[in-house]
Amino acid sequence: MINLELPQKLQMAQQMSHQLASSVFRPIARKYDKIEHCDTPEELIPVGQMLKTMGMSSTEGSGKEGSSEGIKNGANMMQVLATGEMSWGCIGLMLSIPGLGLGNAAIQAVGTVEQKKKFGALHCAMAITEPGCGSDSAAVKTSAVLDGEEWVLNGEKIFATSASRGDAVVVWATLDKNKGKAAIKSFVVERGMPGMQVVRCEDKMGLRVSDTAAIVFTDCRIPKDNILGSAEIADTAEARKKAFGGVMQTFDNTRPPVGAMAYGVARAALEVTKDLLQKEGVKFAYDRAINNSSAIQAELYRMEAELEAARLLILKAAWMADNKQPNSKLASMCKAKAGRVGNDITLKCVELCGSLGYGEELLLEKFARDSKILDIFEGTQQIQQLIIARNVLGKSSSELK
Amino acid sequence: MSNQPHACFDLTLTEEQRITRESIRRFAESQIKPVFRSADEAAQPPECFYDRANELGLSLMPIPEALGGAGMQRSPISNVLNAEDLGEGDMSLAIGALTPLSFINAILDFGTEAQQEAYLTPLASEVCEVATIALMEPRATFDASELKTVASAVEGGYEISGIKNLVPLADQARFILVIAALEGENQRAGFVVEAGAAGISVEQESFMGLRPLNMNRVTLNGVKVKESARINVNVERLLDLSSIGLAAVTVGCCQAVLDYVVPYVNDRTAFGEPISHRQSVAFMVADLATEVEAMRLMVYRAASRAELGLDFHDNAYWCRIFCAEKAMEIGTNGVQLLGGHGFIREHPVELWYRNLRAAALLQGAVVI
Repeated sequence: MINLELPQKLQMAQQMSHQLASSVFRPIARKYDKIEHCDTPEELIPVGQMLKTMGMSSTEGSGKEGSSEGIKNGANMMQVLATGEMSWGCIGLMLSIPGLGLGNAAIQAVGTVEQKKKFGALHCAMAITEPGCGSDSAAVKTSAVLDGEEWVLNGEKIFATSASRGDAVVVWATLDKNKGKAAIKSFVVERGMPGMQVVRCEDKMGLRVSDTAAIVFTDCRIPKDNILGSAEIADTAEARKKAFGGVMQTFDNTRPPVGAMAYGVARAALEVTKDLLQKEGVKFAYDRAINNSSAIQAELYRMEAELEAARLLILKAAWMADNKQPNSKLASMCKAKAGRVGNDITLKCVELCGSLGYGEELLLEKFARDSKILDIFEGTQQIQQLIIARNVLGKSSSELK
Repeated sequence: MSNQPHACFDLTLTEEQRITRESIRRFAESQIKPVFRSADEAAQPPECFYDRANELGLSLMPIPEALGGAGMQRSPISNVLNAEDLGEGDMSLAIGALTPLSFINAILDFGTEAQQEAYLTPLASEVCEVATIALMEPRATFDASELKTVASAVEGGYEISGIKNLVPLADQARFILVIAALEGENQRAGFVVEAGAAGISVEQESFMGLRPLNMNRVTLNGVKVKESARINVNVERLLDLSSIGLAAVTVGCCQAVLDYVVPYVNDRTAFGEPISHRQSVAFMVADLATEVEAMRLMVYRAASRAELGLDFHDNAYWCRIFCAEKAMEIGTNGVQLLGGHGFIREHPVELWYRNLRAAALLQGAVVI
């Protein structure tokens, strides 16, 4: 039965996340934006522990699932809702919560039972991007060579979220540069492994409290069992596609949450803006045709509508994942839509609130700085458009480049 | 309408909706798609079209059994699904086919039992009986909150004067529900005016699109109706339901645009390869597909809130402005993707472009 309201169980989970965002994140958001480089903020230590015991952290997997007539509203929906609310508080702080790393999602998606057990409790970062490759993740140069019972890693990774604070990093590396995508594998590298060195943390426009590290691997040796998935290089075209496709599928699960971040920060900006405008006597009654409304009313109505559209796409993508429906297209649609809408809204809110929006007294300017990256990481706007277009047009990546 | 706060978020159709969807889609495939172009050229629906549409039973369904209907529960969600599927065939014919139902839904929502009996019984018929709603007025900056058509209380009833336009099928309607401001009161209401009433004149209008949908200008010059013809319409709710309904029709049309441009850009070659291999083309298609999906979800959410008995005013408002904007964007990009060919009437994209322009301005037409 078509119903786009959330069941009570999800509403409660959402409220809890909102509570956390408003009582813990918001009050310290400005402080840590200024501090920028630091260890995990102490206020977040108990948060990480709490989430773990509540089973909401990704390392714990699914959590409890609700269903009616076989339809599930489960872990994926829970995750986008929680992410949206926490992002309403502060995305940088959310990304700094111990145990919620992207690497955790990868291990959860493709790791063996033993690996999930071994690394599940760690805070795992993800390292894909290199100085010479961003969106074209198939072009990674970092190499992994098996030497006896150990893999030996060499190369440089950049833009790895939480890689300096995390306990471990999931690193993408190639077994054979000449064999393309099929040779790319991911490896769990625990902190302190000799040959792994965090060389710097980036100074960024936004998401400042979240650490973004550059790591260099110099003959870094890790146990043979730390490879995620099979060590074999597929040799048929189909097997190659399947192997790399499996890696890329991780993104079907991580894109909706990034969409949810964009939704959360945009909603935060919109709420503040609406408040400020109402204080100036602007009324929002939705009682006249949009073209008979004032420009500022129309602007706000449009932003609310766009935000709702993004929110529904995110929920649908997560709902499909919960119900085991292939959601690659929807995952990209929601990320593309939320990414651009989130950025537009946060920027427009600064504009509408004038000096109050631009100033550091309020958080609007921070929201506008933070939101930009959400249209970039986990696949840029343009990469999402490519994926959607290939899907809709039935094109391969060699046809539609 | 059951209120189920514990129900899961769900996008699956019920068995009944699935079966209805199949038959509506079959109808659109066989009775609409082959003829919508010639209907546009003729600015007339195909002969007996509304009789055949009437056989789908859409009008009959929600009318109470005691009045000769099927007595099905009033379901905004089922209505938007039907509107979407008919709209995928053709917007004009979809709006036309749903016009009697719009009147029926308004009477069901706002009429007394006696009024339902008086106005719905004649519509529960084997042959198509038309009834329609007259809301819009011919002036720039029209706003339903400031109606110039006025009803004044007179002995035994009301006298109505004013000009309504964009009234679908008014020329063949047995009843017209005229939405008017009440003189001397800060209130609006609906008045059922019967065909051929003294003081009423109906004149067909022509527009850039929606041409087969006989749209009319209805001039009321001191038309007298009985006290019992006054329906206490909650105009805001009526507008909200019709915003969602029209948006659903446009979702269908936008889906048709998408389904048409995909094979076109794959087949059309330029510079030695399909134009879909170019990002500038492919990204337009990607955005088109994304926005259609978003439009659909906006419609479903607003309709499902209406179905659950939850407040849906803001949702309907967002649905209207969002779908109106995206629909026109999709309409114009549909033509753009075909280049010069899109401008030729051999292809349907120019027709969709003209029809989709109405999404932002038409109100009160498809009450779900």
